[in-house]
Formats: sequence, C-alpha cells, structure tokens
Amino acid sequence: MKKIIRVAALGGALALALAACGSAPEDTPSSSPSSSGGAMASDFKGCIVSDSGGFNDKSFNESALNGLNKVKTDQGIQTAQAESKTDDAYAPNINNLISQDCNMIVSVGFKLSTATGDAATANTDVDFALVDSLPTDADGKAIELPNVKPLQFDTAQAAYLAGYLAAGTSKTGKVGTYGGLAIPTVTVFMDGFADGVAKYNEVKGKDVKLLGWDKGTQKGLFNPPEAPFAPGSGKANADSLVAQGADVILPVAGGAALDALTTAKATPGTLVIWVDSDGALVNPDSSSVILTSVMKLIDAAVESAVTDAAGGKFDAAPYVGTLENGGVGLAPYHDLDSAVPADLKAEVDQLKADIISGKITVESQSSPK
Amino acid sequence: MTDELVPDQADAPPAAPPPKDPTEDAAASWLRRVSSSGSTVTVLAFVLALVIGGILIAVVNPAVTAAAHYFFAAPLDTFEAAWTAVSEAYSALFRGAVFDYQADTFAKAIRPLTETMTVATPLIIAALGVAVAFRAGLFNIGGQGQVIMGASLSAYIGFTWHLPAGIACVVALLGGLFAGAVWGGIAGVLKARTGAHEVIVTIMLNYVAISFLAYFLTTEAFRVPGSAEPKSRTVRPEAQLPLLFGSQYRVTWGFVIAILAAVFVWWLMSRSRIGFQYRAVGFNPNASRTAGFSVQRITVYVMLTSGALAGLAGAVQLLGTSKYLTDGIAGTIGFDAITVALLGRSKPLGIFFAGILYGGLSAGGRFMEAVTGTPISIVLVLQALVVLFIAAPSLVRTIFRLPAPDAELKGATA
Repeated sequence: MKKIIRVAALGGALALALAACGSAPEDTPSSSPSSSGGAMASDFKGCIVSDSGGFNDKSFNESALNGLNKVKTDQGIQTAQAESKTDDAYAPNINNLISQDCNMIVSVGFKLSTATGDAATANTDVDFALVDSLPTDADGKAIELPNVKPLQFDTAQAAYLAGYLAAGTSKTGKVGTYGGLAIPTVTVFMDGFADGVAKYNEVKGKDVKLLGWDKGTQKGLFNPPEAPFAPGSGKANADSLVAQGADVILPVAGGAALDALTTAKATPGTLVIWVDSDGALVNPDSSSVILTSVMKLIDAAVESAVTDAAGGKFDAAPYVGTLENGGVGLAPYHDLDSAVPADLKAEVDQLKADIISGKITVESQSSPK
Repeated sequence: MTDELVPDQADAPPAAPPPKDPTEDAAASWLRRVSSSGSTVTVLAFVLALVIGGILIAVVNPAVTAAAHYFFAAPLDTFEAAWTAVSEAYSALFRGAVFDYQADTFAKAIRPLTETMTVATPLIIAALGVAVAFRAGLFNIGGQGQVIMGASLSAYIGFTWHLPAGIACVVALLGGLFAGAVWGGIAGVLKARTGAHEVIVTIMLNYVAISFLAYFLTTEAFRVPGSAEPKSRTVRPEAQLPLLFGSQYRVTWGFVIAILAAVFVWWLMSRSRIGFQYRAVGFNPNASRTAGFSVQRITVYVMLTSGALAGLAGAVQLLGTSKYLTDGIAGTIGFDAITVALLGRSKPLGIFFAGILYGGLSAGGRFMEAVTGTPISIVLVLQALVVLFIAAPSLVRTIFRLPAPDAELKGATA
C-alpha cells in the first residue's frame, strides 16, 4: 500500500514537472496578418528545384536555397521546394511546382537547362531564374526566353586572384587543384587559377608549378565519376597532390572538397583555398588551414532575382557575377591573415582593381558568354 | 538466340566444377522462400511501411515538433498536428501518384497517373530482367550498368544513324537491348567459365559502365558541338518513342513495351523449353546437371536475357523520357529494379503491379514534397521499408501473428 502511494506521488510530481517544462501557447487570433512581424506578408510564391546533388550539397544547391529562404525571412513570401534525387526528376519537379501556383521558380544548375527551357516555353505566366546556365531547347541549343533570367558567374576572375595568391604563398613552388567533374562550372575555376599562377611567374620571374590542371589541353585531375562531389571521393586526389609536393590546394568539388581539408590538417604546411562560399565560416574547425575562398555568391544573386520578381520588377536580362559587381570575389584571409605578406596582399588588391578596370582580362572558354 | 557466343558444353563434363559454396545455396533458398510467401505478406509489409513512414512524417514536421514542446500541457495538440501532417502528406502522395482531385480539369487530374506510368516503365522492364536471373538462382546486381550501356548505345544510334521513322526507333531499341545483353553476358560467361561470383562481377561492371559513360560524355562523338557540358546530343525525332496519350502527358509507347516485355517473360519462364531449364537450374543446379542440362550454358543465357531486358529499360528511358544522355541517365533504375523484382515476387504480373506501385511512390513523393514540404527522402525510407519487410516475411508474420504458410514447406512454386 505504501509502495503504491509512493509511486503515485512520484508520478504526480513527475507529471507536474513535465507540464511546467512547456506551456501551450495562448490562443491568439493567429489568422490576423499583422502577427507575421514587421515583414509584409506576401502572396508571392517563390519556389526552387535542386539538381541531383540535393539541397545539402555544401555547394550551389544549398547556396541557392539560402538565397530563397533569405527572401522568405525578409519579405514574408511563401516558398516551396523540390529536391531532385535523379536526373529524370527535373521536369516533373518543375511541373509539380507550377501546379502549386509558384510565381517564380529557381532552377539550380546547368543540368536543369533543358527542363527549364521547356517549362518556361509552355508556361509563359511563370518566371524562372536559372543558376549557372542559359536555358536550352530540346536540341541543347541556348535560347533566350522572356521569362527566364540566367544567373551566371565569371568565377575565373576571382580564381585568378586565388592563383596569384597561392603561387605567392607556396613554399614548395608547387600548387595543386582537383575537380569533381570536368564540367564548365568547375573548370572555369581551374582556368582562372592557372592564369593567376602564370601571372605570378611572369611578374616575379619564378617557376611555380600548377599540378592537376592544364589550361591548354583542358585536362586535369578529377574525382571518380560514380560520386564526383561526395565527401570521400576527393581523398585520393588531395593526397596525391600533397605527395607530389603541392602545398596550396584548390578543390573544386562540392562536398569532396572536405577531403582536401582532412589532408591539409594531416600534413602541416599545407593550405586549402575553398570555393563557392567563405570556407573559414562554413568549416570553422578547419579555418587554420583555409587560406582564403573563391566565392561565388549564388545566394545573393538568387535573393535579388526573387526580390525583384516579388516586387513586380522581374527582368530576363542575364546576370553575370563578376569582381566588379561583387557576384564573385576573394574571401577574407581570416586566421591566416598574418601568414600572407602585406605586399602580396597589396598586389592581389591591385590585380583585382586591374581586372575591374579592364586592364587585365581573364579568359576562359568556360566563362559565361 | 546467341548460341555462337558460347561453345556448346552440354555433354562435356566440366573440367573443374565450380566450387560449391554454402552461401550460394543459402541465397538461393532465401530467394525461393521470399518469392513463395503469400501476397498477404506483401500487402501487410506495405501497411507496416506506411505506418512507420507516418511516424517519421510526424516526427520531422515542424508543427508537430512545436506542439510536442508543450506535450504534457496540451497533449491533444501534438496528436492533432501529427494527424494533420500525416494525412496531408499521404493525401498529397495519393494526389501525386493516382488522381489529383483538386485539379481544375479532368485532364490535369489524371496526369499523376500518367506520371506514375512514366516512372514505372523502365522499372518494370529492368525488374523483369532481374527476376529472370532470380528465378534461375542468380543475383544480377548489375542492372545499373546494363541500363547505362543500353541507354548509351541506343542514344548513339538515335542521334547518329539517319534511318526512316519507325525503323529508327526499333533499331535504337534493339541497340540498347544488345548492349545490355553484352554487359550481362560478360558476367554470365565469367561465372560459367571460371566460377566468378555473379554478384561481385556485376557490381564491378556497374563501376566500369559508369566510367565508360563519363568517358563517352567527354568525346566529340557524343557531345553537343560547341558545348563543354557532359551531355549528349538529343536523339533524332524519328528515333524517339512516340507519346502514348498526346503531348500533355509524358507517358510514351515505352509503357506498351513494358507490358509486352512482361508477357514475353511470362511466356519465356512458364511456357518455353529454355525457361523450364532456367527454372530447373535455379531450383537445383546439381540435379539439372545430372539431368543432362548444361548448367554453364544456361547460366550464360540467363545473364544474356537478364542484361538484355535491363538494356531495353535503359533504351526506353532514353528514347522515351530523357532523349539525351547525361551522367545520371540511369538514375537508380538498376537498383530499384531489384526491389521491384523482390516486391513482385519475381512473377511478371507481380512485377508489373510492383513497378506501378514503386513508380507511384516516386511520382507521388515528388508531388508530396512540392505540396507539403515533406522531404522526399521519406518516400525512399518507405520504399526501403517495404523491401525490408518483404525480405523478412517471418518478421511480418510475427508482427501480425500469422501462421507459417504451407508454401514454404512445399518449396517453390513454378
């Protein structure tokens, strides 16, 4: 009997404690639009389709989604998203979003160029933003459409600065790069990087070698094709570059760039130049080996395109991110600020100014036309 | 059909009989058990998967999470939110897979069903290939590679050869069939000649095929002129599979090919002499050998048939739906086909419905994500759970307290 009372008392106390942990929200008339804070609630619906890399790719899909979500937070627009698991999901995913009354659809990646071209031709009342590509027709030819805004990036410009910086920082006289796949959005980084290294050699009369990419033949080091952008698949390439003496590495490989960080941390003196986002911020535990990052600000471009469309100011003029408009750029040096000599920093800044002024043109066959 | 590929060894005693390993017998008997368990188990497996999937949908739903924070203050809120989340997700799944009762027009309302058919088409054909191998006691895990090779050759024929309409499409389909057969046949010959296990060989051939595909897409022969993107030219209109119900739906004559393939496999396995030999070898290779069958030759034939069907699936996917080659052309068709074959218990009719179910889950899952924001990964979990329960029939029987069926005691049914 005593035992029962004890158990009951304990149970009662526990229930009270748990009830105290969380209380139900007051019944407020939540339907009133004023409750959504300062942001104006909007009827505009912005939607996004990933490519088969998925939204957690630590690369362009994730970046584009962040851009859309920023508009959702700031402007109170509605959003919907569709993650493509395979290449055959692009067309149905876009169609599903259209049937959900999306006003604008952001298609991420060149793989969606045909699906976007088809859908935009058939649905002239829906606006599209296409990241990294121009829309194409069924035969794969680039077309201009009044309701598709291409968002492209001339990352070669920023990679050029990174190449110069890498060559100036290298102690072994060798820098390296590897890519996920040999596709234009990857090789454009490698082309710019190669030219930056060459520029350094020309200015300083040095002979810093670039391993992993030959701009002339467009051949280089790439990950195995079964999982080119998955963490783990870049390990062999990163290790082989370090084994050949490279001490600054530019991995252009989405999630497989993480392998370069692992290698760099295991090999003192090796530094990594991150791509797409500011690597020291997204990988804080590796900031000690991240020299800088070649940033491709997809999120900002998506944010501005969606904001314009939500404000009724959609235009189909192609956007090309450059050093000049800040669509691409070199990230701060963060932890390694003191490791970069002041005059090298000044030279990089000067190069940036020269590229913006047009004194230097960075050319790559993969740059957006 | 392809006798010249392998010398006749029917009567010659094998110089070195392939070593018998116990896992092989265990695997074959597992296959037999799975394929002979009743359809009740299949249905219950699906129900169980839906229940677990429902729990997952509720758990990942933000509204449910929010309500669960004050669960003990107002427990009903949590259940209400969970009910809303699950019922909305599953009704969106239905609307995306079968019939969208919220669409404005009837034509739009039945589009989901045609989407399901589109996704199911290559799955059914490739699964028939996997099933032929299953019933002959072979695990063809190489569907993916065979699909890739089939799609690659049919694409090449489709955009290079100038053939009159009608013939072009048939030739491209046959090309895919041939490439898949060769890719499957390699594994068959290696198994027959050297005893190399087909599971290992087919898995490895998948990687070889992926690398071949990546290489093809770097060559001038495949690429769009002037483009550096790893994407092939589009197949000529004459070689494309015509649409089945007009331009507002994506479903093509590939669906009819899938039905014909199912009828063919039924005839092959249930009515033909060679199919009888396939099954006999699958049931008991030693007895078949004693009965005078050339187990080696039949192994090669089985893998040729299995690969040909997977290659045809690749060709149908390419000529019907994709129309050009990319590195992701095969998606996960080759692997999903294994699931569909298991789900359909390796029978043509079962595979047809399993393919439709699987296609429905995929098409519905995409719709569900677009409408309710439920991650599409839930659908992948659902698909995996169905297979898990199908593969462990005794688990399902234990959960639902079903008696062990007689079929298991009697052994495989033909």
